[in-house]
Amino acid sequence: MINSINEIYSLGIESTADDFGVGISTCSGEILANVSHGYIPEEGGIHPREAARHHALVASEVLETALVKAGLKSSDLGLIAFSQGPGLGPCLRTGATVARTLAAYLNIPLVGVNHSIAHVEIGKLKTNVKDPVTLYVSGGNTIISAYNSGRYRIFGETLDIALGNCLDVFSREAGLKHKKGIPLGAALEKLALDGNTLVLMPYVVKGMDVSFSGLLTSAVSLLRKKKYALPDLCYSLQETAFAMVCEVTERALAHTEKKEILLTGGVAANKRLQVMLSLIAEDHGVSFNKVPLEFATDNGAMIAWAGLLAFRNGIVTPFDESMVKLRWRLDRVDIPWMN
Amino acid sequence: MDELVILNQLQKGAEATINLASWYGKTIVIKSRHTKKYRHPQLDQRIRKFRTIHEPQLMYDAKKVGVPTPTIFLVDTKNMLIFMEFIQGKQVKHLIETLSKTERSTLCFKIGVLVAKLHSQGLIHGDLTTSNMILDFSGKLFFIDFGLGGKQNELEAKGVDLHLMKRGFQSAHNQFSKNSFQDIISGYSKVMGETFTTNILKKILEIEQRGRYVEERKLK
Repeated sequence: MINSINEIYSLGIESTADDFGVGISTCSGEILANVSHGYIPEEGGIHPREAARHHALVASEVLETALVKAGLKSSDLGLIAFSQGPGLGPCLRTGATVARTLAAYLNIPLVGVNHSIAHVEIGKLKTNVKDPVTLYVSGGNTIISAYNSGRYRIFGETLDIALGNCLDVFSREAGLKHKKGIPLGAALEKLALDGNTLVLMPYVVKGMDVSFSGLLTSAVSLLRKKKYALPDLCYSLQETAFAMVCEVTERALAHTEKKEILLTGGVAANKRLQVMLSLIAEDHGVSFNKVPLEFATDNGAMIAWAGLLAFRNGIVTPFDESMVKLRWRLDRVDIPWMN
Repeated sequence: MDELVILNQLQKGAEATINLASWYGKTIVIKSRHTKKYRHPQLDQRIRKFRTIHEPQLMYDAKKVGVPTPTIFLVDTKNMLIFMEFIQGKQVKHLIETLSKTERSTLCFKIGVLVAKLHSQGLIHGDLTTSNMILDFSGKLFFIDFGLGGKQNELEAKGVDLHLMKRGFQSAHNQFSKNSFQDIISGYSKVMGETFTTNILKKILEIEQRGRYVEERKLK
């Protein structure tokens, strides 16, 4: 039994938001394929229904590409893992439908994976860290977490919108466009490089939590006043928002006395944020680890890997419990593999 | 005798360093907010100065409403230093795990009473974790670290203050967080009255539901 478990290939399906991704992992954590196709809205943010439509359209193509890259036939697979939540309902349901269909057709087990936990686990795998304080910052999430007695605990999070969401909305207000390969955050980061004057904006840390909605309102209203140069506003927004998450990360580090910092999520691509966190790591004598971009943004490989970790600890998801969970917090999931 | 001799470092927190010092022969604590290299210098200066000025003010206000806090001796806004009384005791964080159920319950009730005293006067602590509470050897409970606090009389601010404490208990003392929070609320209710307490509990629920991915927020 153990042998057969050790030899299986896991296919993971990610579809919480704008990306439809398929990844394939071996039990030793070798990622054989990690293919993704992103939905780019013509204007505005992600429309859940349109994103779900996109996922349905590209699903078979992405699946096939992943299998070809891995050099596997569908009959070689031993496990189907999927993002069960948290995320956008229509998008999650599309991925879940594909996952159930595959598992039923191939007659292999299904595992529903928590998206946030998958981010932490692939990050640990790819950077070779063991027990970090994780800063997970993306368009939908802002969470500072660390492992404690059986679960990943949330030490701090946003009280309202996510950090990436704050940066994205500001970027759109400033007229920046999301292009293939250049997310809004990257466009903002590039502009910020030319900024050098700090414009005062609200810095909101409440206990261990952060809040970005007031900061966003303030930044947008400063933008509309047309009194400041756009690069200076981009620069100031980044400096303020990043300092907030850094402060909380540092506090979680001091509180938990962990020896590693892990940075993941789409905003992990930001060089300025990386520098700020590495300065904190240096100050505390701990290691700073950033997840490679391919595995920091939403991807199927992380779902395949986290699904395997769960499966090897006896966790499977029967079909009648495979409903998607839009608000599935990462601190609700037991992590038996950390013991 | 030198005016000031640093004896040893008590704690290196995320935000400040706490040193034990001898000042004109008296043993005191010096809280120093150092520069954070990761922050923009202007932002850094602004945050450190704001907290160095506001913290002693809040500690003084807290003392006036019957919440024990270390006495402030000197505030140096140039070097971002606060000189204060040294409280000999134990942090509740370390203490709470060693207590019996009854002792723990009594202590949590006491915490609730002190939080309520602050809130009744519109004082918000801002970081009510068990690391920021010290029980001295005579059994007197002190609140420290008001650096994230403020003066706000809205129900919202008080609700967030309690919500953060609840979350802190869940992450740091998960095994008895439920009972402890109930004891805290009992103490709180004793000072604030039942009506206010019912309202604040509703507010806390509302704040929790505002968070991301909260199950309680499901559409009705």
